[in-house]
Amino acid sequence: MASPPTTYEVMVTAAARRLRDGEVVFVGIGIPNVAANLARRTHCPHLILIYESGAVGAQPERLPISIGDPALVAGAAGVCSMSEVFQFYLQRGLIDVGFLGGAQIDRYGNLNTTVIGEYARPKVRLPGSGGACEIAALARRTLVVMPHKRRAFVPRVDFVTSPGFLSGGAERERLGLPGAGPEAVVTDLGVLQFDKETREMMLVSLHAGATQEQALENTGWPLRVASPLGRTEPPSEEELRVLREELGAKGSAS
Amino acid sequence: MAAPVSKQMTMQEAMSRFVRDGDCVILEGFTHLIPFAAAHELIRQGRRELTLVRLTPDLIFDQMIAAGCARKLIFSWAGNPGVGPLHAFRRAVEQQRPRALELEEYSHFGMTLRLAAGAANLPFLPTRNYAGSDLPRANPAIRPVTCPFTGEQIWAVPALTPDVAILHAQRADAEGNTQVWGLVGVHKEAAFAARRVVVVVEEIVPAETVRRDPNRTLIPGFRVDAVVAEPFGAHPSYVQGYYDRDNDFYQRWDDISREESGLAVYLEEWVHGVRDRAAYRAKMQETCERLRARPMPCEPVSYGY
Repeated sequence: MASPPTTYEVMVTAAARRLRDGEVVFVGIGIPNVAANLARRTHCPHLILIYESGAVGAQPERLPISIGDPALVAGAAGVCSMSEVFQFYLQRGLIDVGFLGGAQIDRYGNLNTTVIGEYARPKVRLPGSGGACEIAALARRTLVVMPHKRRAFVPRVDFVTSPGFLSGGAERERLGLPGAGPEAVVTDLGVLQFDKETREMMLVSLHAGATQEQALENTGWPLRVASPLGRTEPPSEEELRVLREELGAKGSAS
Repeated sequence: MAAPVSKQMTMQEAMSRFVRDGDCVILEGFTHLIPFAAAHELIRQGRRELTLVRLTPDLIFDQMIAAGCARKLIFSWAGNPGVGPLHAFRRAVEQQRPRALELEEYSHFGMTLRLAAGAANLPFLPTRNYAGSDLPRANPAIRPVTCPFTGEQIWAVPALTPDVAILHAQRADAEGNTQVWGLVGVHKEAAFAARRVVVVVEEIVPAETVRRDPNRTLIPGFRVDAVVAEPFGAHPSYVQGYYDRDNDFYQRWDDISREESGLAVYLEEWVHGVRDRAAYRAKMQETCERLRARPMPCEPVSYGY
């Protein structure tokens, strides 16, 4: 009998289960990378992994440490240049799912990975967009994975690096963004989704051990809660085995 | 046929001949093939006031910023991948130490388009990216443009034409016909966008080796000004088929660079304290051994007709 799942394993599994077999996934480093590789080894054997570094149909034998890991190339179906990745795959509309994260997210799923404070005189300078802005704009849908902290779940992000639903309602469609926007946010406490009309974030499911109070306390605006509130299905024995034995994934939830 | 002109030279010569103070310099390589040996030589030669261009500034620009080479950065993601922030970059932006650093910031897609436009001699390239993002507000060079055919509003980024591109690769012939495999990043765009091109390779091979497999050539020799043979020249990044990424060093950089003093000690020992990359390599033979790639050859193809 395997030891009980860690919060990290619950997050990875919750993200992995949102992927469907045969989809084309734009993979980033960290939890998204583990989630995509877990899905490929469990319920999505035909998942196509594309990394912004240019690896197409990657089947890494070791868990890639960086987004440009050599293990992504060896055994991949193909390799292309980065201008091709962004133009022919992402802008062309071939990416079903893109993963995103950030230092801040707001109630409409806008993400900030650029600065805390003023852009010109930042309190904290963050890495910037990388490929996040275009993933947010151009992937058919996105999944956000990040720890649920009050300083990260803010009413309004300091800088919109990657647009979600902007100020809600139909603004995203009005601006002509090709992708549908964020489908879900997976945190260490639960899963959140967006109201179809207002596009406001809503808690839809709690992980084992997490409480609604914790989610509310760690959100910087009055968080709406779905009724009935779901419970996240815990990782199966098989998912835990793949994570622990095949992927050797021992990350942290934050 | 006239004998091909050899462009082979030492790193010292290539950097002093082709990179000047105040130049706009792109040192590319996305995780793969990052030209650290060239950057270290630029630091040793005391290059100043450079506009440094990379999608991911990485440790290479953290070192150049700390060494005082940089006036400005054109980039899209400044972090230590999978580890944390770039401390010297943050010190420059947040505390103006050792000096203020001007930033011109895009996303990866924007950077690839800027170089592709420069490579194709176009003034700009359009994209469906950027609507709703604050990036155009932070960087007025990202501008809306109307499609002349449909009237649709999309966005545009301007061409980028660096003074010099410094690109690491697996191999080239002495004329500079350069072959790359594995991740190719924006090497080709950078080589065609820049005015001058310096190629650094793991090995120089006979012209026949290149010409037996021309599909692997990313940069034609006539675009190349200098070819430098520098085995292990991309460490701590990697070269597919030659050596793995030194992930331990990327981890350790977090501690080394956390304080200015620690970073200065590193530069003193590993940049100023060695004459060239050969001396650097000799100082870390165990690391070279540890990172050496295992062979994973592919079947040769036939170019017969």
